[in-house]
Formats: sequence, structure tokens, C-alpha cells
Amino acid sequence: MTSKKTSDNAIEVTKVSKHFGSVKALHDVDLTASRGKVTGLLGPNGAGKSTLIRVMTTLLEPTSGKVFVDGVDVLKQPAKARQHIGLAGQFAAVDDFLTGRETLYMIARLYHMPRSRAKARTNELLDKLGLTEVADRQTKTYSGGMRRRLDLGASLVATPSVLFLDEPTTGLDPRTRLQMWDIIRDLVKQGVTILLTTQYLEEADALADYMYVIDQGKMIAQGTAEQLKRSLGQDVIELKVADAQVSRAKQTLAKHLKRDVEVDEATRRLRLRTKNGSDDLLAAVSTLKDAHIKAEEISVHRPSLDDVFLAITGKKHEEEA
Amino acid sequence: MNHLNGLSDTAQIVKRNVKRNFRIPQLLIFSSIQPIVFLLLFNFVFGGAVKTGEPKYIDFLLPGILAQTALFGAIQTGVGLAEDLSKGVIDRLRSLPIARSAVLVGRTFADTIRNIFVIALMCIVGVLLGFRFHEGIPKFLLALVLVLFFAYSFSWVSGNIGLLLKDSETVQVAGFLWVFPLVFASSVFVPVETMPHWLQIFARNQPVTQVVNAVRYLTQGNIINGGAYVWHTLVWALGIFLVFAPLAVWKYKRTV
Repeated sequence: MTSKKTSDNAIEVTKVSKHFGSVKALHDVDLTASRGKVTGLLGPNGAGKSTLIRVMTTLLEPTSGKVFVDGVDVLKQPAKARQHIGLAGQFAAVDDFLTGRETLYMIARLYHMPRSRAKARTNELLDKLGLTEVADRQTKTYSGGMRRRLDLGASLVATPSVLFLDEPTTGLDPRTRLQMWDIIRDLVKQGVTILLTTQYLEEADALADYMYVIDQGKMIAQGTAEQLKRSLGQDVIELKVADAQVSRAKQTLAKHLKRDVEVDEATRRLRLRTKNGSDDLLAAVSTLKDAHIKAEEISVHRPSLDDVFLAITGKKHEEEA
Repeated sequence: MNHLNGLSDTAQIVKRNVKRNFRIPQLLIFSSIQPIVFLLLFNFVFGGAVKTGEPKYIDFLLPGILAQTALFGAIQTGVGLAEDLSKGVIDRLRSLPIARSAVLVGRTFADTIRNIFVIALMCIVGVLLGFRFHEGIPKFLLALVLVLFFAYSFSWVSGNIGLLLKDSETVQVAGFLWVFPLVFASSVFVPVETMPHWLQIFARNQPVTQVVNAVRYLTQGNIINGGAYVWHTLVWALGIFLVFAPLAVWKYKRTV
């Protein structure tokens, strides 16, 4: 990755380090986020995700490095950068003694919107986030999902071009999490750039166009979900053919694809491990067709992001041990 | 334009904190019931034993209790700030393009509004117990303004402690540590003449005694050279404000 300044990148982080005393919370971290896309920042607890978010959102000054958000130098012009940034934190920082409406209105006024505009924007967001019915209740009566939505709403008041979501669904039940995903996808459709941290690989897989994996303050991997999965090189193609043709199919495939072919004893299925599932799948199908063997079922299994995550973070910890 | 924004930012934060002070029942109850309990206890338990040289102990006690209320109220400034810090509210506010001083000024103003409410309540209870302002209403009002200004400057001391310790329970406990010696080693409850000599030196010269004596002078008129206490109070309050307000703003900008 080069960190050349182009208008395609909404976020550019270059060689950022943050030391707390002798603790290196971040070490020479690079990150770029493409405009209008969702960039995922993955890592276990304490990896440095939140620290990096705080640096990018002007809340924390890094020990060294450069940060640009929407073309604004965050370290030199934090006040200007704040005009472009929305932040929803992992604690859902809404005051429980205010109502939902009061919360959004206060923030709109803090963005210096005139009263009428602030009022209109408040109603708009309440509606968009499905909170209109509970708008005049103090938020201490809200469910966890409602609080998260309100917190997200608070970060959207000024229609930011870059939105930072720090673990937006941590602790939510599956149904509420799906609701949040829908809201996030909606924002992307409207052209908002999103940087999202999560511990859930499923979430990154579902939402992020590109992702970074951080561990112990260092970036240890990056790529699309596909690339990360493929980097593990463990796609598996499974084929089912008529029992009588199993051994002939095995020989033919091994010969033409030059790969080890296993036969699962229990299911009589043929299995190939491959680095490039879809290409090899086509090759396997045409090979069998040429040999006049009928494939009854064909499938490709990708490793899940969890497999990838455990493989890369696990590998690193072993190296250090 | 920027100054107008700064004012409007502060007004929003004041509104938010006033709602906090009045909507969280335990905050309002503790900040109003507690000083009333103190007033009743000290009046009826110690009233007979303490020799103040005045006909009624309540006339001596109420000015003291007002100063005590001001300082106890100040602790809450730091407690509230620490709570906002730990809940992420400050992070949210800091990510907004608002005046850097708005959060602190807004909090201390809101706490002053609560103080007005609590101090008015104390005066009513005091009057019911027999307290009288013998020097007339204008001087009495001046006394209240002095107490409020005094409370305001100590709110900034407490704000620094809140930003430093960042944990509301710790700030609460620490609050009693610095407030109790100031309140008890003063002329709040008893005349300082009865204290050991070394303690008298502290008690006579520390700010709480100044404000208490100033209020006594302005409501009872029986203190010789009492006008000096009014000036001392103003100088103390202004000095504390000028030191601790910029310090708090500086610390706020750097708080992680």
C-alpha cells in the first residue's frame, strides 16, 4: 500500500505510533480507507483498535505519524477535521437522563445549526433510525439496540463524510445487530465513508469492502475478505460422482489438475485442496466432462474469516513465544 | 461569530447539565436534603453547647452552613465531570466542533444554578428555625452573591480533581478529604478562639472563614471590621478562579 495523497482516500494514516510510557499501543501503523467504502479494522481486545480510532478522530494525539481525514490534516487542523467526522463509540455515550429528541437536538445545536434546522434534523434522524415513538422518553428506558441507534444518530447529525464506528454492535442480540447492519448499508449507499472496528469477523465479512487486521499495536494483515481467505490457501472443492466411477475420477483429476485428490471414506466424496477455488472448480468440471464422468454434486468451501483470523494472529503469537 | 458560537455551545451544555442535576433524583435529594440535615443536627445538637456570643445559634450557624453547602456542591462538579469522562460523553463532545471551554464553563454554570436552588432552600429552612437577616435585604442578597461566587470558584478546583482522577467514586471520596478540613477547621460551626493556637492560625486565614464571616457581617452586622471579610472573600474567590479555571481548561484539552 502506498500512502500517496489522492482524493480517492477518505482516510490516510501513515506510520502512526502511540506510546503510553513504555507501552507501544500503536506501532508504525498504516491505513487507508477508500471514499464511499466500508473499511473494517479487526483485532482482538486490546489490539489497538480503539486507540487508532481515537487518534483518527482527534481525541488522542499520536506520538508520531500523520493522519489525514477527508484531506484535512487531523493533527494540524483538528477543529476543521471535526467538521467532517462522525464518531459512534462502543459505549453508546448517550445521557440516560435526556430524551432521544433532546440528545439529537443538543448535538445539532452544538454543530451550530439554527433552531428550526436543528429541530428538523432531529425529526429526520429519529424517523430514519426508527426512534420516533420513543423520542420523548428518557434514554434510560431504552433497550440496548435503541441506545446504539441513538448514539449512531448522534454521530450522523452533521451528515459527516467519514463515519467512525467503534464496535457498533458489540453486545447486541442478533436481530438488533442485523438492524444496525441495514442502517450502516444505507449510509454507504448515501456515499458515507465508514471505518468500522469489530471483533466479529462475520460482521466485517458482511459489511467491509476492505479490512485491516491489527494485533498488539501492529497491522498484521490487510485485504478484501476474499484475499484474506485466499491467503490461507485452503479452499476445498468437493465432488460427488457415481460410486462405480470414484477411483477413475480420482485418477483423472489428479492427473489433469496436478493436485492431491482425497476420497472421503464415509461419504465417497472427492476432495481437492486448492489456492484458487473457482478456477480449479471449472477445470475439475471440464476434466470430468471430457472423461465422461457425471458429477452429481459440486461445491467449494471457503475458510471463514474466523479461520483466517485465528491463523494469522495465532501464527504471530507463536513466533513471539 | 465565533464568540456567539462559544456562548451558544456553553448554553447547550448548561441546559444539559441542569437537566442532569434536576432529573436524577438522588443528585437533587443529596444536594438539598443533606445540608438541611446538617443544619437541623448542628442547630439542635450543638446549639446548646456552643457559645458563640450571640443570642441564637442559628444566626451564627446558617452563614456557616451556606459556605459548607457551597463546598459540598463544588465536589459534585468534579464527580459529574469524571462520570462524563468514564461514560464517553466527553469523547462525544470533544469530537464536535465546539468551543474547548464550553464543557467546563457549562458544567460550572449549571452547578451554580443548582447552588442557587439549594441555598434558597437552606435560607427558607434557616428562617423557619429562627434565622433573621438583621442588616436588611440588600446586604443579605450581597451575602448570597458572595457565597455563590465562592462556590463557583471552588467548582473549578473540583473540576481539576475530576479531570485528574477520572473516576466518579474516587472523586467523591477525595472531595471529602479536601473539603472536610476546610469546613471544620474554620468558623463554620464554632468560634475559632476555642481551637488550639496552631489550628487557629490556619482557621483564621483560610478562605472558608472569610466567606462565613463576611456573610455573618452582612446578615448580623455584629462583626468589627467585617467589611474586610467581604474583600478577602472576593480576593480569594477571584484568585482561586484565576488559577484553577485556566488549569482545568488546559487539563481538559490534554485529557485522554
